[in-house]
Amino acid sequence: MVKEAPSSRAAGRETFVLNLGPQHPATHGVLRVRLTMDGEYLVEAEPVCGYIHRMQEKMGENRTYAQFLPNTSRIDYLSAMMYTHAFVGVVERAARIQVPPRAEYIRVITSELNRISSHLVWWGAFLLDLGGFTPLLYAFDDRERILDLLEGLTGARLTYCYYRFGGVCNDVDESFLRGTRAFVTHMRPRLKMYRDLVTGNIIFQKRLKGIGPISAEMCRRYGATGPVIRGAGVAYDVRRAEPYSAYPDFDFEIPTYPECDSLARYMVRMAELEQSLRIIEQALDRFPDGPVMAEKVPRVLKLPAGDFCYAVEAARGRFLVRLVSDGKDGAYRLKLRTPSLSNLSLFGEASQGMLLPDALAMMGSLDLVIPDIDR
Amino acid sequence: MTEWLSKLGGFLSTEPFRLVVALVAILAFVGANAAYLVWVERKGAGRFQRRPGPTEAGFAGLLQPIADALKLMSKQLLVPPMVDRTLFRAAPLMMMSPALISLAVIPFSDKLVGRNINLGLLMIFAFGSVNVMAIMLGGWSSRNKYAIISSARVVSQNVAYEIPMLLVVITLIMITGTTNLHEIVEQQAGAFWHWNLFRVWVNPLMPVTFLIFFICMLAETNRSPFDMAEAESELVAGAYTEYSGMGFGVFFMAEYANILLGCSLATVLFLGGWHSPIGILPGVVWFLVKMYFLVFTVVWIRWTFPRTQFYGLLNLSWKILIPVSLFTLLLSGAMVKLPRVFGA
Repeated sequence: MVKEAPSSRAAGRETFVLNLGPQHPATHGVLRVRLTMDGEYLVEAEPVCGYIHRMQEKMGENRTYAQFLPNTSRIDYLSAMMYTHAFVGVVERAARIQVPPRAEYIRVITSELNRISSHLVWWGAFLLDLGGFTPLLYAFDDRERILDLLEGLTGARLTYCYYRFGGVCNDVDESFLRGTRAFVTHMRPRLKMYRDLVTGNIIFQKRLKGIGPISAEMCRRYGATGPVIRGAGVAYDVRRAEPYSAYPDFDFEIPTYPECDSLARYMVRMAELEQSLRIIEQALDRFPDGPVMAEKVPRVLKLPAGDFCYAVEAARGRFLVRLVSDGKDGAYRLKLRTPSLSNLSLFGEASQGMLLPDALAMMGSLDLVIPDIDR
Repeated sequence: MTEWLSKLGGFLSTEPFRLVVALVAILAFVGANAAYLVWVERKGAGRFQRRPGPTEAGFAGLLQPIADALKLMSKQLLVPPMVDRTLFRAAPLMMMSPALISLAVIPFSDKLVGRNINLGLLMIFAFGSVNVMAIMLGGWSSRNKYAIISSARVVSQNVAYEIPMLLVVITLIMITGTTNLHEIVEQQAGAFWHWNLFRVWVNPLMPVTFLIFFICMLAETNRSPFDMAEAESELVAGAYTEYSGMGFGVFFMAEYANILLGCSLATVLFLGGWHSPIGILPGVVWFLVKMYFLVFTVVWIRWTFPRTQFYGLLNLSWKILIPVSLFTLLLSGAMVKLPRVFGA
């Protein structure tokens, strides 16, 4: 582990600027980081955002709630279910719509499936950052099963618009339930294989242990959430801290690792895969009957004037929608608080004095999704 | 007529002609191998990743290397402005040619060798160092920051790994008493425990020596998990970033030519060269079987392990490989010398 660059005394005098991105294999999208380098050591890292800014918040302000709903799944395209959940959640909270329990259970099951598929993409891409190509294909093999299940249910493979104000748009069928059960039994041995193939690998361990420390204090200052803060030993999970949907019904743990390094963040996500499987299993066991849509949801939805919030635990951390309504059929102001932006903003401070490959390994462990940063 | 034939025969048996034939044969061998090792790599990668690999071009994708080569050749050889044009163009050739020259002294079988010279082993290592320079110059001349970082890495990596490799080879020379590759193989005749890899009564650490040689070979040829020069997730394509078309293609082929050379050398030095462990089939077949097994191992390692960290790589060399190889050197020195001292 390298704490300080040996040549850091000359830092600021003999440096050069390296543009990491907007097209670079390690940034997984159009992120640009302006690096001031001293040899291979990072003196300063300044993320430059905005390359794919789409003004999602402004779009939310000049269309109706129902028109904006599909947009939410385009913010973090890997955890679309959780993002639509937050938006329908805030609207339901404002309009005081009671969602039937069956719909809540379906939401939990699909959200957790989505979380698993998101973590699988991260797992493969992270190993790609570390130079191991094969795990990506293994992860995509498993992810494909989830995408098939969700495609059968929702009609979309990635950008779902399945949750509606008051419930979900159609009920699950027998094949989905059977497929989900089969997936859970299929996934457990696969997780063991992942551990054997990757987690125990000595090169892998050496590259991550002690690299890229992010303390709980730093997480607090930058507002980092999700696996990043849980990898710093803080058991903060929106599903427990601000319980929503049917999550209070389930028994699951919040995996935390106190080491604060890249390996801790890796271990948190691997443990979360296990926990998500547990939640899905419990939800399938206690799956309630009934309608999947609340009664009397008005076709043209007008929210009462006021200020409303709803947070969910997305795959990358806390996603919060803040909606200010003035009583019309669209939001007066909309604020999307996305986890990737906070997680990225600590990169500059956390990467100081690191070697370029270590810094990129740390960036991989933050699990950035670029449209989530720029929205 | 008979006079003409005997003249022709006389000419055909002359040394210069033999050498030309040998060099052309090596060119063809390396060319075919470099192309088809790409296929092996892609197919192998496919199998390791539970997918079929190339299937479209020809039967089982066998025409894929040709399609790749045609694509690369049809592309413009772009030389970016501000680069050092001469060095930029020369670098791929400088990487390819040492591998070709070195293969001339590798004995593929008892008779099949380009040129059997006494300093064969030394020659291979002399030319082997040129290939580092080629990557360094390629990166340096392209005036790209990623390429320059890669060049700096390549130099320190290769300096670090040439030392244990040479120490291991000196150990071997001490045991065999020659640098003539043909003689080294001759000494390993007989059953497989006569191979240098298993000659533990000469030096109990022989298998370790082979392991060090193999690791160094991976590092010297910039193969995963030591592919620092081309670390695609960090340095885009490292030293090759600015190369397009066949400029990149030649670098790519040279990588396989160097793997071929490294595996051939490992076969000759440690695995008994053309000698058969069970006594059937001609020698050249056995040589190729052993060599391709090593090549397959190289591919296998690449698609299984993630990349090491750069200081991890240097630590491995300076803290583990060099001390261990120095120890084996001393040990085999002692084991060669002591019987003579006590025997006399």
